[in-house]
Amino acid sequence: MKVVYPREEYCIGCKLCEIHCLVEHSKSKDIIKAFRKEFPKAMNKNIVEKRKDVSFCVSCRHCPEAPCITACMTGAMHRNKKGAVVVDKDKCVGCWMCIMVCPFGVIKRDGEKIASKCDLCPDKEIPVCVKNCPNEALVYEER
Amino acid sequence: MNDFKTNANWTASVISDIKKQAETGGMLLTGMGNPSPYPNYWDRILLDASQVTNPSIDPLREPMELRTFLGRKSSKLEKETYPQLELSTPIMFSAMSYGSISLNTCKSLAMAATDSGIYWNTGEGGLHKDLYKYANRAIVQVASGRFGVHEEYLRAGAAIEIKVGQGAKPGIGGHLPGEKVSKEISETRMIPEGTDAISPAPHHDIYSIEDLRQLIYALKEATDYEKPVIVKIAAVHNSAAIASGMVRAGADIIALDGFRGGTGATPMIVRNHTGIPIELALASVDQRLRDEGIRNDASVVVAGGFRSSADIIKAIALGADSVYIASSALIAVGCTMCQKCYTGKCAWGITTQDPELVKRINPEIAKKRLNNLIRAWSLEIKEVLGSMGINAVESLRGNKERLRGIGLNETELKILGIKHAGE
Repeated sequence: MKVVYPREEYCIGCKLCEIHCLVEHSKSKDIIKAFRKEFPKAMNKNIVEKRKDVSFCVSCRHCPEAPCITACMTGAMHRNKKGAVVVDKDKCVGCWMCIMVCPFGVIKRDGEKIASKCDLCPDKEIPVCVKNCPNEALVYEER
Repeated sequence: MNDFKTNANWTASVISDIKKQAETGGMLLTGMGNPSPYPNYWDRILLDASQVTNPSIDPLREPMELRTFLGRKSSKLEKETYPQLELSTPIMFSAMSYGSISLNTCKSLAMAATDSGIYWNTGEGGLHKDLYKYANRAIVQVASGRFGVHEEYLRAGAAIEIKVGQGAKPGIGGHLPGEKVSKEISETRMIPEGTDAISPAPHHDIYSIEDLRQLIYALKEATDYEKPVIVKIAAVHNSAAIASGMVRAGADIIALDGFRGGTGATPMIVRNHTGIPIELALASVDQRLRDEGIRNDASVVVAGGFRSSADIIKAIALGADSVYIASSALIAVGCTMCQKCYTGKCAWGITTQDPELVKRINPEIAKKRLNNLIRAWSLEIKEVLGSMGINAVESLRGNKERLRGIGLNETELKILGIKHAGE
């Protein structure tokens, strides 16, 4: 299955992927409104890690044997038809076991006390982080 | 800058240069090519087109040939062949060393040259181990510092270039500061890590045409006469006589670099005031070689500030076989011509070795952009050839009748060997 992989040799740490992710997951999908007008503010699902000259964007790898799905006691964390690991907001109780077991540390808690993670942009053919990376440091491919 | 009380003679740059030198007591360094407003003859040459009696050709409907072969041509019909470089279009990437530019930029140029069927040039920096896979499209350079020159390097390249001079800094050597000599660069250049890489101004084994001949034949001998040898000089006042000597010394290709050619670092005084325009040097060299009957013994490649396909077409009509481009290639990659290459802090990751900045060049993106530039210029060259009623770039070479000067005086027209517009 295709997922998002970073190529740290080309990541310049500009964090545009974070901004595009946040906008895509906002209600208005408008950059100004998403940052200034919406409450609770939308969250970016990916994180840019940076230390000295190394930087890269990490987001969910949608593991074939996902520890977060196993750990979820309510069944909120599940795999959708596309194969992406996603959260059912109605079922999530905010126990954060998924955060504890995620080997990549890419699940966060959002403002509504539910788990928040990459959903591979279900409305888009290519996730927005990959599409808008200015240096092609993110790739959407099968490995 | 606005604080200076400037006038026509004492411009802001003159005043600020004096202040900088008064503070530091040093030479002013700079990068890229000569920005001074000297006459640019490409802008004063016009191209011809076919009308009625010699029909023009539509390149969309008829095949146009841009393929170019560089190297010594046989003067007889009998079998006597010399090694040739085959180019899909008469454009090559000029010498830029690993050290002066980043490895990612080198990779971009190498990948683009391989894809486009042209050649790139290693410059004086040797061939990095990652670039050996692109070596069949590389011209390997042997310059005065002999950095990174060894048998495998010479055998890997498609051609060998002896760099005697560079257009941006004729008569000046090179200096790569020790802080830029990282582990990778030290391995590639075969010098200790952290030491200054200083290329002497002259080759210490070349003090005459006979000495040059010895080096040319030493290199040919080392590569079994399988690769053409290029000799590159900066365009200076007597380049025609020197070019004649170079051809007689055995150079298969001669490269001329005009004073608008770029560099990674050079004293500003040299860049702005030394050398001559490539247009004049090319015309005089081509004429001299023709007069002496040795034009077929070598191809002529010109370099030095080629900005567009129009410049290239005019250069070919003035007698060049092919052109070297570098500044325009770097602009395609992202260069903004800020002329700060010598600081090693290029914000675009081109002329820097800072790992954080180098990452800003993704060779795959840069390669696409370079390929696009080569493709676009090739299409334009075909279009113009078509308008002239010529279907092969070979037929345009040295065809000065298809050029006309505009606003040039008699001496300039005589040197260029072209008529004035209207004649």
